[in-house]
Amino acid sequence: MIAETRKQIKIALKLLVVFTFLTGFVYPLVVTGLAQLLFPWQANGSILKVNDKAIGSRFIGQAFTDPKYFWGRPSATTPFPYNAASSSGSNLGPSNPDFLSAVQGRVKDLQNANPQAPDAKRIPVDLVTASGSGLDPEISPRAAYYQVPRVAKARAQSEEQIRALVASFIQARTFGILGEPRVNILELNLALDHLPVHH
Amino acid sequence: MITGIGLSQIALYFLVLLLCVKPLGWYMARVYEGKACGLDRLCHPLEKLIYRLCNLRSPQEMNWKQYLSAMLIFNLFGVLAVYLIQRLQIHLPWNPQAFPNVAPDLAFNTAASFVTNTNWQAYGGESSLGYATQMLALTVQNFLSAATGLALVIALIRGLVQHETSHLGNFWVDTVRSTLYILLPLSLVLALILSSQGLIQNFKPYPKISLLTPLRYVQAKTDAAGQTLQDAKGNPLMETIQSGTQELPMGPVASQIAIKQLGTNGGGFFNTNSAYPYENPTPLSNFLEMLAILLLPAALCYTFGMMANDKRQGWALLLTMFLLFLPFMSVALVLEQKGNPALAAMGIDSVAEAATYPGGNMEGKETRFGIINSALWAAATTATSNGSVNAMHDSFTPLAGLVPLWLMHLGEVVFGGIGSGLYGMLMLVILTVFVAGLMVGRTPEYLGKKIEPYEMKMAAVAVLLMPMIVLLLTGLASVSPLGTHSIANPGTHGFSEILYAFTSMGNNNGSAFAGLNANTPFYNLVGGLEMLLLRFWIAIATLALAGSLVRKKRIPSSSGTLTTHTPLFIILLLSVTLIIGALTFFPVLALGPIVEQLMLWGHYGY
Repeated sequence: MIAETRKQIKIALKLLVVFTFLTGFVYPLVVTGLAQLLFPWQANGSILKVNDKAIGSRFIGQAFTDPKYFWGRPSATTPFPYNAASSSGSNLGPSNPDFLSAVQGRVKDLQNANPQAPDAKRIPVDLVTASGSGLDPEISPRAAYYQVPRVAKARAQSEEQIRALVASFIQARTFGILGEPRVNILELNLALDHLPVHH
Repeated sequence: MITGIGLSQIALYFLVLLLCVKPLGWYMARVYEGKACGLDRLCHPLEKLIYRLCNLRSPQEMNWKQYLSAMLIFNLFGVLAVYLIQRLQIHLPWNPQAFPNVAPDLAFNTAASFVTNTNWQAYGGESSLGYATQMLALTVQNFLSAATGLALVIALIRGLVQHETSHLGNFWVDTVRSTLYILLPLSLVLALILSSQGLIQNFKPYPKISLLTPLRYVQAKTDAAGQTLQDAKGNPLMETIQSGTQELPMGPVASQIAIKQLGTNGGGFFNTNSAYPYENPTPLSNFLEMLAILLLPAALCYTFGMMANDKRQGWALLLTMFLLFLPFMSVALVLEQKGNPALAAMGIDSVAEAATYPGGNMEGKETRFGIINSALWAAATTATSNGSVNAMHDSFTPLAGLVPLWLMHLGEVVFGGIGSGLYGMLMLVILTVFVAGLMVGRTPEYLGKKIEPYEMKMAAVAVLLMPMIVLLLTGLASVSPLGTHSIANPGTHGFSEILYAFTSMGNNNGSAFAGLNANTPFYNLVGGLEMLLLRFWIAIATLALAGSLVRKKRIPSSSGTLTTHTPLFIILLLSVTLIIGALTFFPVLALGPIVEQLMLWGHYGY
């Protein structure tokens, strides 16, 4: 029995070392090599550049509060919103008074900032609720259209122009079926500033 | 209302899943029976090499006690390795952010969590773990805990199928073959597809990018030691900070996420798991990750049918799982799409519009997934013991949050953990044939094996310990400041947070009502012990049962035999599962999510 156990201990240790090497070292390295070879832009964070300067990742949202830009989802990360190095949802429960008063406050702010919004009575839920990661790069098309009059006014452009730009930035469902239609805030705002973005 | 396109996403998901069950189930059966499976030319030399390195030149058949001790020893070393790597990470390479060593209680919890296939996250990956820890500790155990689960269920299947012997196979061979032939190839393919979608895969330090508009925020002032400074009245001093940069975490993410999903592990590279865009950036990555969650547990049912020489047995179990899954999933979908009545009262629109708007309860959810993919994921990840999340369960409407809780309370048998789901379900099958046998007054049998008191004891032991421990710990934590100090939400929801934590760890799931501050010595230590106790207790009972069954004679079926693939049997099995899993926990659920939902409806209308 003891001899048997001793034998098993030896095998277990060796096997653990072998697997640590194989699955913890070789496997991630092989994936890294292939991913860097085949999809280098994606594997390095899908970074967007303007004039060779990195100004963000396509997939990581940024906080916008200026009326001339489109705003994204509220973010619950600390100590500041859209802290990519410390992702977090609010984790507030649906009946938590703190949650309800926070949403109420956001509704008020949103209505004050967008007095001419179309359908002002129907607040888009994604503009007043925090995303799961706190880094959501996107909003729904409805939430983007809601902000068009504000952005147009701040930029002294016509609403039609801005609305057409939003429409051109709507990403449809993958294969027409998966996920939700959405608008990437950072890419849309870069386009508003006519900045030439490259990968 | 759920949109038509939403329903078709769900239908597509199940269609693709079902299409994969047969080929993958067939493949796994070939692997475990040691027959040609297609990848031999690639994997066989590597397999031989591993055996040679480990002095396993002629692997012997093991009886259940040898199989058990090999499994326990192997996993014990796994716990030690994960613990030590975290405690020494500052000395390891590939830690560009120079994260310090992990605290002992947290390191123990994470070690227990990853070895038991739970992957409960008391840590925040991007802010505390170096790349070496992620790879050498976490990725490795993602593979090995899954391989252990697979080995255990294969041993139980052999116990049912073989007769008049004591042989259950060889644990080392089953573990090696599970990893080499099944987990590694699938992970490699999935990791590459995922990285094409935007999952990162590199070893760089976190770059700082300059923001389009600088950010101003207020935070508490601290001194050099990190202590909050206070003014004369004792209020914290606040300062306004302007920042023009954003720090982006990096790391070998795709390789870990692939096995995290395939191995029903669920422990994320980042704090917010698959809600983090670098773990799950697009609807397609979401679809594939969600498919990977149910893939192996579902296919194992077919493997079981093949190895038992009666495919109807496997299909019957798979059908039972689907029948349990569908209503739970539907409740979560409908209620999340309906949204929070308190928000509707503020004039927030909760009605979805297919082309422009997700509607529903979007708190804690990502725009690209919307309601449908978040609720479907929540059901899939808790039906299996995966536990990865792409939306924050803590912010679900109360009854939709009850769905993941209750799916775990069923004992993780609806698809369940990789391996552990099927052996959990087979325990319930044994209880069912026993109950049915009592009804008609015959000796119960399953696959020609007589079910006698010893088997019943083992099955009962495996099934009943989980509710006992979960309820006991929830009760203790609810009345002790050690437990209640961690609560984030007031009232009944805070109680649900504690219940969810011990349910998730006890069932080796790993998802959370994440508002609860789980990184305290109390939750780390008690939870760590709970994960180890329940994972291995049930594994011991499973192997003991396999050891007893494998010695029995096969009796040919007669007119008195209860067939175990008929609708009648499926109904019986469903009833036993629901009665044991659901009724045990109904009172405690009534105190948590049910009363919270009634209060919401009472206050704001339905």
